[in-house]
Amino acid sequence: MTDTSMRSTSALLYLSGVTVSFDGFKALNNLSLLVEPGEMRAIIGPNGAGKTTMMDVVTGKTRPDSGEVVFDGRADLTKLDEADIATLGIGRKFQKPTVFENHTVRDNLLLALSGLRNWYRLLLAMPTRAENDRLAEILSIIRMEEQQHMLGARLSHGQKQWLEIGMLLAQDPKLLLVDEPVAGMTDVETETTAQVLREINKTHSVVVVEHDMSFVRALDVKVTVLHEGSMLAEGTLDQVSADQRVVEVYLGR
Amino acid sequence: MITRFLLQGMNRSLRLFVLLVLAVGVALPLLNQLMPPGSPFHVPAWLLQLIGKYLSFALLALAVDLVWGFCGILSLGHGAFFALGGYCMGMYLMRQIGSRGVYGNPLLPDFMVFLNYKQLPWFWYGFDNFGFAMLMAVLVPSILAFALGWFAFRSRVTGVYLSIITQAMTFALMLAFFRNDMGLGGNNGMTDFKEILGFSVQADSTRAVLCFASALTLALGLIVSAAIVGSRFGKALTAVRDAESRMRFLGYRVEGYKLFVFVFSAAMAGIAGALYVPQVGIINPSEFSPANSIEAVLWVAVGGRGTLIGPVIGAFIVNFGKTWLTGALPEVWLFALGALFIVVTLLLPKGVVGLWGQIKARSQAKKARAPT
Repeated sequence: MTDTSMRSTSALLYLSGVTVSFDGFKALNNLSLLVEPGEMRAIIGPNGAGKTTMMDVVTGKTRPDSGEVVFDGRADLTKLDEADIATLGIGRKFQKPTVFENHTVRDNLLLALSGLRNWYRLLLAMPTRAENDRLAEILSIIRMEEQQHMLGARLSHGQKQWLEIGMLLAQDPKLLLVDEPVAGMTDVETETTAQVLREINKTHSVVVVEHDMSFVRALDVKVTVLHEGSMLAEGTLDQVSADQRVVEVYLGR
Repeated sequence: MITRFLLQGMNRSLRLFVLLVLAVGVALPLLNQLMPPGSPFHVPAWLLQLIGKYLSFALLALAVDLVWGFCGILSLGHGAFFALGGYCMGMYLMRQIGSRGVYGNPLLPDFMVFLNYKQLPWFWYGFDNFGFAMLMAVLVPSILAFALGWFAFRSRVTGVYLSIITQAMTFALMLAFFRNDMGLGGNNGMTDFKEILGFSVQADSTRAVLCFASALTLALGLIVSAAIVGSRFGKALTAVRDAESRMRFLGYRVEGYKLFVFVFSAAMAGIAGALYVPQVGIINPSEFSPANSIEAVLWVAVGGRGTLIGPVIGAFIVNFGKTWLTGALPEVWLFALGALFIVVTLLLPKGVVGLWGQIKARSQAKKARAPT
């Protein structure tokens, strides 16, 4: 890849011709995708469409066989590892809530807080006033001040999802990748989560992978439909659901 | 800053426990030295030696727990770091024998004369100096741990594969140290020590000081480990244990965390080995045997992994049982060890220390349920 091709895009996240195969099976097949700064994008698609593999490629967990993955117009994500990519400003929320079960809510947030990552500096580091203020702010956003000294293992499923969103806020990434945030949530929790994501989107770019159609509708953003590792359609939810090919592969008719 | 660092991990029960370790380390040697041999309060030298040995095992257990209990690295090769530390101490003690050996050679230890060595091998230089030997007892295990950890952690070798590598490491070292041409005493190892820092290793007073030194080192080890575990580094460390890939996605370079704690732990095991050798009076390649490393893991499991007090208690319980059973019913010991493994795995996942917590929680629950 040349420098000029990287600079020619204003996109925050730029995927071009990305292919990933596992033992001959093409999880991603010549996938191209653009996410603009400040945008929120919903990605839908049937099982095995490559949604999670796409997240893995962007966060450095999986190396693509070919194609370009560029972040912020300058960083070639195919050459960096998870820690580098996270430090650049890409946060990821997993499908299954993964909070640190043996740490308190507060410590979970402290670990996620952007800033110190060096082991030798953390040996002597004490939380600073700025960090404490930031923790208090996040605890109030996710409404968990009262549970801040509770261990992660003792939280309910919904609370874990909230804590994880709080951890992403603490990480303060430029781009947030969210994998099925409302899986296993009640209708009320789903509605609140959509509100929170819209709130987060005011200051961060967000990519949401989701199965739940009512949730995607509630988000009311541009939708990308994946199928067999490539992009099938793009547009508003109404536009893509009117697309005959999408109806065939996704709605299973 | 250093005091704050050292104090951040201390809580009440750990403070009491460190005081207890120090009290034992002061009281036993004093009772041995000050009470006349006929007195019922006299502590015999063999008991001092035994407790001193247990204290050095406890330090080894603490080292194993630091990597296994707090970082999830199940090392089945910590016996190797222990033995390397022990060999460094053994080399110092051999050079202190001087011309008092059977062959009376002022420079060469007996086994070298026997094997027709004409001059001291290069790696024996400097070991006549106690400070140098102790530095090596820390450095040699650390360097080995660094080399192993550097490659293993960067290649993301984890879990059972890492355990197998560490086990292979100690086995390979055992085979190497069994060879006579290693220049380290071959299968006989090193023994017949005479003096340490000019004091006879056989003397009761020397044993008293060694027992005290072991307790003091264990106490220091507990304090420093508590400081590491209680720091923000420690929080990140246990987070790596619980969800390694999550930490990577948060931007942590997990290798650095693992490598530091692995090297630190190896250094601690090396110091434990150096304390062990003058108290038992011998070091030979069987200290590298894989079973020793596995036994050390068992001490931690029995006491309670992921706690700092647990490994010390576990080391004492299992080794007391071993000393008693191998004396009373020698053929039963291995069965007892196997049974212990099963019982701990099935019934005491958090060890003896965890059992204490379970009992406390249960009695509290009972109290809460009881009508007022």
